[in-house]
Amino acid sequence: METVLAFVIGALYAAGLYMMLRRSIVKLIIGLAILGHAANLLIFTASGLTRARSPIIPEALSRPLAPFADPLPQALILTAIVIGFGVQAFALVLIHRAVQTGGTDDLDKMKATDT
Amino acid sequence: MLPAVLSGFAAALVASWLHRLERETAGWIIALLPAGLFLYFSGFIEIIAAGDTVAVSYAWVPTMGINLSFYADGLSLLFVLLISGIGTLVLIYSGGYLKGHPQLGRFYSFILIFMASMLGLVLADNAITLFVFWELTSLSSYLLIGFDHKREGARFAALQALLVTALGGLALLAGLLLLGQAGGSLELSVLLSRGELVRAHPLYTPILFLILAGAFTKSAQFPFHFWLPNAMEAPTPVSAYLHSATMVKAGVYLLARLHPILGGTDIWMYVVTGVGAATMLVGACLALRQTDLKRILAYSTVSALGILTLFLGLGTPAAIKAAVVFLLGHALYKGALFLVAGAVDHETGARDVDRLGGLRQAMPITAAAGGLAALSMAGLPPLFGFIGKEMLYEAAYGSLGAALPLTSAVVLASMIFVAVAGMTGFGPFTGKKTSTPKHPHEAVMSLWLGPMLLGLSGLLLGLLPASVGNSLLSPAIEAVSGQAGDLELTLWHGLNPTIALSAVTLAGGAGIYAGREALRRAASRLQMTSWWGPARWYSLLLDGLNVLARGQTRLLQSGYLRYYLLIIIATALGLAGPKLASLGGPPGLVSWQEVRFYEWSLAALILLAALVAIRSRSRLGAVAALGVVGYGVALVYVLFGAPDLAMTQFMVETLTVILFVLVFYHLPRFARLSSGLVRARDALVAVTAGALITTIILFSSNVQFHPKISGYFAEHSLPLAHGRNIVNVILVDFRGLDTLGEITVLAVAAVGVYALLKLRLREEKSK
Amino acid sequence: MTSLILSTTTRFLLPLLLMFSIFLLLRGHNEPGGGFVGGLLAAAAFALHAIAYSVGATRRLLIIDPRALIGAGLLIAVASGAAPLAAGLPFMTGQWWSPEVPALGKLQIGTPLLFDTGVYLVVLGVTLTIILSLAEE
Repeated sequence: METVLAFVIGALYAAGLYMMLRRSIVKLIIGLAILGHAANLLIFTASGLTRARSPIIPEALSRPLAPFADPLPQALILTAIVIGFGVQAFALVLIHRAVQTGGTDDLDKMKATDT
Repeated sequence: MLPAVLSGFAAALVASWLHRLERETAGWIIALLPAGLFLYFSGFIEIIAAGDTVAVSYAWVPTMGINLSFYADGLSLLFVLLISGIGTLVLIYSGGYLKGHPQLGRFYSFILIFMASMLGLVLADNAITLFVFWELTSLSSYLLIGFDHKREGARFAALQALLVTALGGLALLAGLLLLGQAGGSLELSVLLSRGELVRAHPLYTPILFLILAGAFTKSAQFPFHFWLPNAMEAPTPVSAYLHSATMVKAGVYLLARLHPILGGTDIWMYVVTGVGAATMLVGACLALRQTDLKRILAYSTVSALGILTLFLGLGTPAAIKAAVVFLLGHALYKGALFLVAGAVDHETGARDVDRLGGLRQAMPITAAAGGLAALSMAGLPPLFGFIGKEMLYEAAYGSLGAALPLTSAVVLASMIFVAVAGMTGFGPFTGKKTSTPKHPHEAVMSLWLGPMLLGLSGLLLGLLPASVGNSLLSPAIEAVSGQAGDLELTLWHGLNPTIALSAVTLAGGAGIYAGREALRRAASRLQMTSWWGPARWYSLLLDGLNVLARGQTRLLQSGYLRYYLLIIIATALGLAGPKLASLGGPPGLVSWQEVRFYEWSLAALILLAALVAIRSRSRLGAVAALGVVGYGVALVYVLFGAPDLAMTQFMVETLTVILFVLVFYHLPRFARLSSGLVRARDALVAVTAGALITTIILFSSNVQFHPKISGYFAEHSLPLAHGRNIVNVILVDFRGLDTLGEITVLAVAAVGVYALLKLRLREEKSK
Repeated sequence: MTSLILSTTTRFLLPLLLMFSIFLLLRGHNEPGGGFVGGLLAAAAFALHAIAYSVGATRRLLIIDPRALIGAGLLIAVASGAAPLAAGLPFMTGQWWSPEVPALGKLQIGTPLLFDTGVYLVVLGVTLTIILSLAEE
């Protein structure tokens, strides 16, 4: 499955980057969101996949039954998901305000610092 | 000892406040601190004269051998007493000199910061501690030269001094680190006994040159001397304190301190002596060309620093004795002359030696102080300067091999010193009275106290040289030469060759003084030489740097987001691509058959949704597709043992869709702004980057990174952290600090969103 | 856009979702769950309420401003980390008590749970602050 996911992730990177290269600021943020998913999946896949056994210690045992999914990348991704949400919200509102103030959604016309 | 060193920093915090409270007497009150330090450290004289040292050490970064360690030996103590003693007088003086200046409080703070840094520098035992304080003196010097920051000249000079000394400081850091490696310790007190080890080390030459670069820039040695005269933009108390008596001697201090470790080799002797001699002559000749009181003194200071370097380079017992004695004498008379020049400037409004004369009647006390200092500088008995000069002659005369050129060069510099002493301490007070911008009258007590005390101490030490010689100077000389020696300071040596040289010097100096105007005219005809001088190189270098910075900014920081992205992607491809290609085809392209049907479907769903998201013409369609991508990713987490991630992803995805829907109502419709060609180019770039990522994953899935970390967490989750969900245990316990940082970031994002949305409402309401 | 079905459903769903979010928080140390997902779920519940009724109604229901939750959450998280300092242990060392409660048996209460509660409150506060202020546009 790593092989399949490798291609999925590559495609998501391509899609996200393509959207970020657009001049429309709205597309930029969609690209950012896709890129976020892709990066999370990248960390998840790079550490190796394990089907169905989560890193939780069963009752009456003192350590998880091997093989179990690697907990460390999961912890990293969990924070990344939530942080990504915060950043995305901020970017959305920032763009919303920028479009309101600047009256354009064309990034090329937003170059000047004065409005 | 640590509180004594750091007290200056603490006092700097309250100085400004104290000045606001006690405008008239703040200078006197603040001067109590250096006075107290002077007394405190005077208590060390007895211990150190007995051959002991005082040391304290606090662990700072113990794993790297960096300690906050200080130790006082004879050399440190001599500097400490100069710093605290002259510091006391300069603080009192500043109160009078800058009286009524709105930023006087800040000035006190800067001076105190400098004093504390300088104390730390000369007392530091650990090389890193020394470097930190070294840089702090450069920084405080920057602040003080640029104190009058509204003038462009002051800002320029401050920046120049900072750049030159800080660049030297970087070299010094590298040199000290290498020295620590070569000697096996960063503690100077340990290194002192490992000199032979260091000198035999293959890195000895680079170490020496790096450290010399630091010392030479700091002590304004040729060809780095040009920043010091420009630093005269600083208020005069600063010139007296930093740029003649103490800070510029930090480089000399470093040479003296490291002499037992690095000195005594041929390369040391040739380089240090050569640079010192060049500095001595260049400084002395340039001093003659000036008419500004402070600039004359500045160039003569450059020359004096050259003398110190020259004699430390020679390294014979006689030369080291002479250097230490001359150092003390110079600090006393040069500090006094600067303070006198400041007082004259303050009272008359003029600093040009041609426009000053006959101030004897109007300013008798200042004139007396200036006269005493000038006599010492000219090297006349019975002043301390005479003893210092005699010892220089003796050491130069006794140096084997180059006695004749060396002695004549030192005599020439000393002749010019006589002339400079005449121009700065004698000329303004004698002769015909000239008209000056301000009507002159005697300066207030705070302005004459400092120079008077310095001048008198020059006289006192000259009359009773043995008192200071045995207790203070011989331990200092021992510290520099690394071996015990006896110092017998006497005023009268009997009739010997040096006396004859002194007489020649005096006659020659008087001649130069008499013919100074003709000399100056002749020198100014040589003005054209300055276009190739080091100052010119400095400005060329600076301009070049600016051109380079502007060019690369224009190239890389175009202001178009997509070009930034293109540069980033191209860099990543350029760096990683060739390496990956060299590894051959990626492994692990095989395991197709074990992929299950629903996994294929899930991958297809994600890809399809992503395609819809980028192709959709409607905003809502794109958002919906984005949501599908997110849910698809969440399902991947479900399938591969990450229930926590899946739950979080589902929740976040739901909330993100709500968020997008709320905002997208307000956003413009999708516009197609780029041409087809540009879109094709971008697609190519994006697909190439995606291919790179895919390749990296295919390579990396066969690599196991540090299995120990996760294993540790799995092993200890239950016994140590009482939790069965290892992911949660990592988040709230093992790596709880990271999570704390993360929720803080979230809080900041929320504050940002709130501010963007709500502050504007208020602003619009007010409209 | 108030709909009768949505608002009636929400009236029943909201307390259930909130209870479930607290359940997720409390069991998070041993089973899937925790402060992040719990906070997000609670925020989603309130967002549902805001859609079904109005932002004003949700704010009235909340009584306190969600921004105050952010501050409270951060304070709780820092305090739970600082608690071991009193015992002379490094910042954020986990501390555990196992009191015997009559009806529930032996409980495991520790500073990590307190910390997770702080995370819960911050996530809830952040999400609600963002969504409610945007919805008020």
